[in-house]
Amino acid sequence: MLCDFCHKNIATIHLTELVGGKITEIHICSNCARSKASQINENIDISNFLEGFIEDLTKTDKTEAGYKCSNCGMSYLDFKKKGRFGCANCYISFKKLLLPLLRKIHGSTTHVGKVPKKIDKEVLYELRLKNLKVSLERAIQLEEYEEAAKIRDEIKKVEEKRKDV
Amino acid sequence: MFESFLENKNSWLNGKGPESNIIFSSRIRFARNLSNYHFPWKASIEEKEEILKEIFSFYKNIDLLKDAIFIDMKDLEDLDKQFLLERHIISQEFIGPSRGKGLILTLDEVISIMINEEDHLRMQIIKSGFDLKKAESLLNRIDDEFSKFFSFAFLSDLGYLTSCPTNVGTGLRVSCMLHLPALVLTRRINKVLDALSKISFTARGLFGEGTQNLGDFFQISNQNSLGLSEIEFIDNLSSVVKEIKEQELEARDLLLKKYRISLEDSVYRAYALLCNSRIMSSKEAFSHLSMLALGIDLNIIENIKRDVVNNLFIIIQPAHLQKLKKSILKEEERDYIRATILRERLTGFKRQ
Repeated sequence: MLCDFCHKNIATIHLTELVGGKITEIHICSNCARSKASQINENIDISNFLEGFIEDLTKTDKTEAGYKCSNCGMSYLDFKKKGRFGCANCYISFKKLLLPLLRKIHGSTTHVGKVPKKIDKEVLYELRLKNLKVSLERAIQLEEYEEAAKIRDEIKKVEEKRKDV
Repeated sequence: MFESFLENKNSWLNGKGPESNIIFSSRIRFARNLSNYHFPWKASIEEKEEILKEIFSFYKNIDLLKDAIFIDMKDLEDLDKQFLLERHIISQEFIGPSRGKGLILTLDEVISIMINEEDHLRMQIIKSGFDLKKAESLLNRIDDEFSKFFSFAFLSDLGYLTSCPTNVGTGLRVSCMLHLPALVLTRRINKVLDALSKISFTARGLFGEGTQNLGDFFQISNQNSLGLSEIEFIDNLSSVVKEIKEQELEARDLLLKKYRISLEDSVYRAYALLCNSRIMSSKEAFSHLSMLALGIDLNIIENIKRDVVNNLFIIIQPAHLQKLKKSILKEEERDYIRATILRERLTGFKRQ
């Protein structure tokens, strides 16, 4: 397919836009894409960039978009406009809406990197549980049921301890 | 302020690190937030000043930072801020309104920590040349020390929480500054950049978005921060950077073998303009210096040392020229002084 702009090169980028139920398709070659991109304002605004990701998420559920953070009072729509969260608690308040967004941005929703030296007991238990659950799944996959049962008991113990905190 | 930095021979800008001909510098940063405060853009001035105070009263306990200076950004002149930006110590975003913003900086400029930029802490290490491993271990030590004392915003499943969701997880950005004149000359650079974006890496110019191609410098960095460990992100970037370096070497080889005469012509023309012009914009200077650097790397020019050129890349920038001349200069004045400094340093002939 040829590029919609120069009609010379083969289009390698295909965009589908859905506006008011109407589908528009744009096919563009990498050369034209580059020259179009450089015309755009030099300082790319992160909130515009994110808006593309967030748009369809809010469309699917208007009520969820009105969720408010219980700590800083920011709504999900505020976040959509600003492209930034107000506080750490926003991540908890908007988690349900956030996971698909994070998957789009990072291709993942799970942190596997380092952990702070000083950490809340609650978070520590969560981490321990997360690791145990991963081992449990692995044990089940490998059909090591004896091991799986041990891990299951351990998970129960940790969950009880967490309740006491 | 910062006059002593101008000819700082020890800084990461000396261009003397490993493989520094093509890989000019390596940088790693962590974004961290304190769990009990709003993120900086949402926090009140009082809140931000409290954060500054807390960090100020603590940082000297960290051995690596005991000789570092603490700068309250509101005490700096605009020129000083621009100067720090040109040295990649602070970001464009950090330059705006300065109340509640602070900077911790070691005198070798290797460690810098922006306080209340987009996140409460933006800690970065910049090393000369290709030195990501050392940068990583240094940054980890500082991060660990801070995290023993402060409680960072962290969730077990999402990792370190950041103001912008593009940094969540590791809060890590790892980048290398590459000088790729041969890939640009042979027009192979576009293929390289296309390939990069397909595997989740970003290539930007010397100062981020919109400065593409300035002096043929490209900043290659990771796009994602979640789903891999810090080491994996760093290793991935390392292999990409090594591959690009190989491509640049191949392109240099091609230029020498197939286009030697036109390459020599371009190098000598750039050299002649740098040694004789009376007026020169920074954009033009960057482009000629890039050709000259390539000419030195390929032994076409032999009487100039590469580190003289590396240093010129830095000091011909607007705020650096003004620091050097100790006065505020208009653009036309800068272009004149820039041309003079280039002539002086490249011909060794001082104007009377």
